[in-house]
Amino acid sequence: MSKKNPEYDFKWCPGCGDFGVRRAIEFAMIDRLEETGLPMENNVVIAGIGCSGNLVHLMEGNQPYGFHGIHGRSLPIAFGTKMARPDLNVMVVAGDGDFLSIGGEHIGPQAARNLNICAVIMDNGVYGLTKGQSSPTTKLGEITSSTPYGKIEADLNPLELYLTLGVSFIASGFSSQPRPLAELITQGMEHAGFSIVHVQSPCTTYNDTFEQLKGNVKKGIEPMLWNIPEDHDASDKAAAHDLLQQGGIPVGVLYNDESRPSLDQQVEQMWEKARPQSVEALMDAFKF
Amino acid sequence: MEMRDFVVRFAGEGGQGVVTSAEGLAQTSTQAGYHALTFATFPSQILGGPTWTQARISVDHLLSPGDDVDVLVAFNQEAYDTHKEDLRPDGVIIFNSNEFELEGDPRGFGLPVEDLARATGNNRAANMVIIGALAHLVHMPQEFLEEFVIARFTRGRAGDDEIIRSNIQALTSGREHIAESGLDLGDLAPAVRPDGQQLMLKGNEAICLGSLAAGLEVYAGYPISPATTILLWMERNLVGPGKFAYQVSSEIESITTLLGAGFAGKKAMTATAGPGFSLMSEGLGLGWIAEIPLVVVNVQRGGPATGLPTKTEQSDLMACMYPAHGDVKMPVIAVGTVEECFFGAIKAIEWAERYQGPVVLMTEMSLAERVQNIPRPDLSKVQVDARKVYTGDNGYRRYAGFELSPMPIPGGPGAYMANGSEHDDFGDTTHLPARHVQMTERRFSKIKLLEEDDYEIDRPEEAIVFMPWGGSKGPALEAYNILKEKSVPVGWCYTMYLNPLPPKLLEELKQKELVIVPELNYQGQFASILRSQGVKAEAITQYTGLPFKVRDLVNRVTEMTNSRRKEMVKA
Ligand SMILES: Cc1ncc(C[n+]2csc(CCOP(=O)(O)OP(=O)(O)O)c2C)c(N)n1
Ligand code: SF4
Ligand SMILES: [Mg+2]
Repeated sequence: MSKKNPEYDFKWCPGCGDFGVRRAIEFAMIDRLEETGLPMENNVVIAGIGCSGNLVHLMEGNQPYGFHGIHGRSLPIAFGTKMARPDLNVMVVAGDGDFLSIGGEHIGPQAARNLNICAVIMDNGVYGLTKGQSSPTTKLGEITSSTPYGKIEADLNPLELYLTLGVSFIASGFSSQPRPLAELITQGMEHAGFSIVHVQSPCTTYNDTFEQLKGNVKKGIEPMLWNIPEDHDASDKAAAHDLLQQGGIPVGVLYNDESRPSLDQQVEQMWEKARPQSVEALMDAFKF
Repeated sequence: MEMRDFVVRFAGEGGQGVVTSAEGLAQTSTQAGYHALTFATFPSQILGGPTWTQARISVDHLLSPGDDVDVLVAFNQEAYDTHKEDLRPDGVIIFNSNEFELEGDPRGFGLPVEDLARATGNNRAANMVIIGALAHLVHMPQEFLEEFVIARFTRGRAGDDEIIRSNIQALTSGREHIAESGLDLGDLAPAVRPDGQQLMLKGNEAICLGSLAAGLEVYAGYPISPATTILLWMERNLVGPGKFAYQVSSEIESITTLLGAGFAGKKAMTATAGPGFSLMSEGLGLGWIAEIPLVVVNVQRGGPATGLPTKTEQSDLMACMYPAHGDVKMPVIAVGTVEECFFGAIKAIEWAERYQGPVVLMTEMSLAERVQNIPRPDLSKVQVDARKVYTGDNGYRRYAGFELSPMPIPGGPGAYMANGSEHDDFGDTTHLPARHVQMTERRFSKIKLLEEDDYEIDRPEEAIVFMPWGGSKGPALEAYNILKEKSVPVGWCYTMYLNPLPPKLLEELKQKELVIVPELNYQGQFASILRSQGVKAEAITQYTGLPFKVRDLVNRVTEMTNSRRKEMVKA
């Protein structure tokens, strides 16, 4: 939505982390535009359903194509778009509920295929849009509108999941740092394969974790976020695993495997083995 | 006595050559200029399990697999026990005497199939032993069979000659063996070779070819009987730059993949059966509201949930026409013959492009696996109108107005939001009542673009008509021809366009006193849909997992016609 559309009646709450993520994506897209010279229409943003998915309507300035579909299915829609048109830059924006709960079944297959898209996940540890129910990343014991006696289900570590599933580029970011976050997104977009940029993007209304994430010296709260050291070898899966054992939430590029071809590259290689035939020739196989 | 057609049922265990023998007979016969049509059932287990396939061979164009079996080829005792009721009283049973001895039925003749095959030096020629015996029963000349064997096994390989020799020997020994029995069915009338080139193929293969003829570019699917063969064919043949066929991880992925591909400007299709179709419900609604062209083929099987995976039924019509929540009514094409599988697939893709939305192509297990000869389609006559694509500037209002508008394609001008929430002209989410009214009416108005002119009608003056849909067309038309011969006062209507119905046909139907709809489901789904459109329709239902028998249709239509005419006289 390039200018304010009076009919569009969704607004993020003041302070919502998603504002920063939107800014970061805009930065990354403008950088791409300047670098490649490709028009903004070459970008497609496929959005999940949630407060986070509304990002696709709230982007300012020059507009990419958008597809705001159904809850949990942004990945396979992106799969269809990318494999139909590998020349497009395809991006997914979704929340933790959309991507990890209802849509969780789609991550493994895209990782195995190494689909060349970049997914930016806004993790607020809660279902924002439906008003505060627990999500897979809600902490154990937490009281939410759907866990009145505290959450009894273990919380998921998404970075560990991605690493296990074989996602070939995994980065972790924070919504309050749009510039560094834009850098991660750019790297993700440039990565020839499946990239996920998992962003801590707090929900100020239902799960305000800014303080825990950043820490508060006065209150003696240690920050959960810590920067991945520069000497971390992102191509080393074991090293990435080790980082995740250190607790808290590492920020930066956790894992980057550039050795695997992307799905569209593999399909192109496959054409060397395949023999495309005309419909007439295909019909000939049935003549007698 | 001269016969115009004969019906052979092959029954036994999976793996005993039931299907290959039936298809071999069909191929041999079409090679000789006859028409052939098969009906296959599957065993429900991977290896073994009871199964049967029926082949009907005829001088004339075929409409159904035939009610009565002339020859039962029984590979084991169970096959005989199960199928003997369907054999006509003076029919013949060929049983594999290497497997069992049939006692107490004078119609039986034991053929030591494996022994005779082994004697040729080629164990795999067993089905030729049977085909040779069958040919003898109806006096089919040996040279037809030999021609077939030579054509089939001349593949430019080293062993070809030996394989041809052993197969011909197998044919001859089957023939000679049964000749000793004195069994005879009479003369099959000489073949009248159909004009023009013919293809011999299954319904699913015809759908594959039709969709490629229409320019299909993207296919995504998940294995499920009886649709799997389409996925496998596509992965092999929908290849090369600009094409993509892929086995995805669920039917939810199938439908959403098509949504992404249709949005990106491609002609996209998937094929599934009931359980997979149910999983596509939400995605079909998204295609409808976001206005994305795509085609879903539903190869129907029986029952809800896992139901009857290997049987045939026409019980998904309601689900196909109304698959999703919200005000949604899908365009539906239901094919009735192997030939219609080809042309229906083309039409489905064309419809999707024409109105920019999802189209459901319905077929069924009995058609999917039916092998039949059809005239080779003339591709020069295939015309598919291209999607209306937007070529202007940015700032375009993709969803403006109450009618179809050109669609922008990513990469090109007119970036917009394809939106599954109710939206405004640009595609941004809105909840204004006026917008929901506009967009709802817009979506329904586009259906009008799919109204076709052509349909089948015979004896339009009759007040009562017989109108099947989908795969019941064959047996229904055969029944209709008999009814007509018997001067039962009933007319005929048929179309593969179930939504929207050709408007002239609907007008015609509304004038009728009674529209009799034979359909393979309990509820009479199409009859009920017709009634909702002001047609006095009544269903003839059957839910056995098997197709209609012609005789049953003749009887039931005659009864219904008689009783309705009595009422009409009273009134
Ligand atoms: C199939 C389906 N089930 C449920 C919903 C309702 N729903 C909408 S958004 C949402 C959860 C959103 O949570 P998340 O993905 O974390 O996004 P957030 O709002 O937190 O950004 C749910 C359950 C839906 N739209 N569709
Ligand atoms: S509810 Fe939470 S996630 Fe949603 S807009 Fe408000 S702050 Fe953001
Ligand atoms: Mg959330």
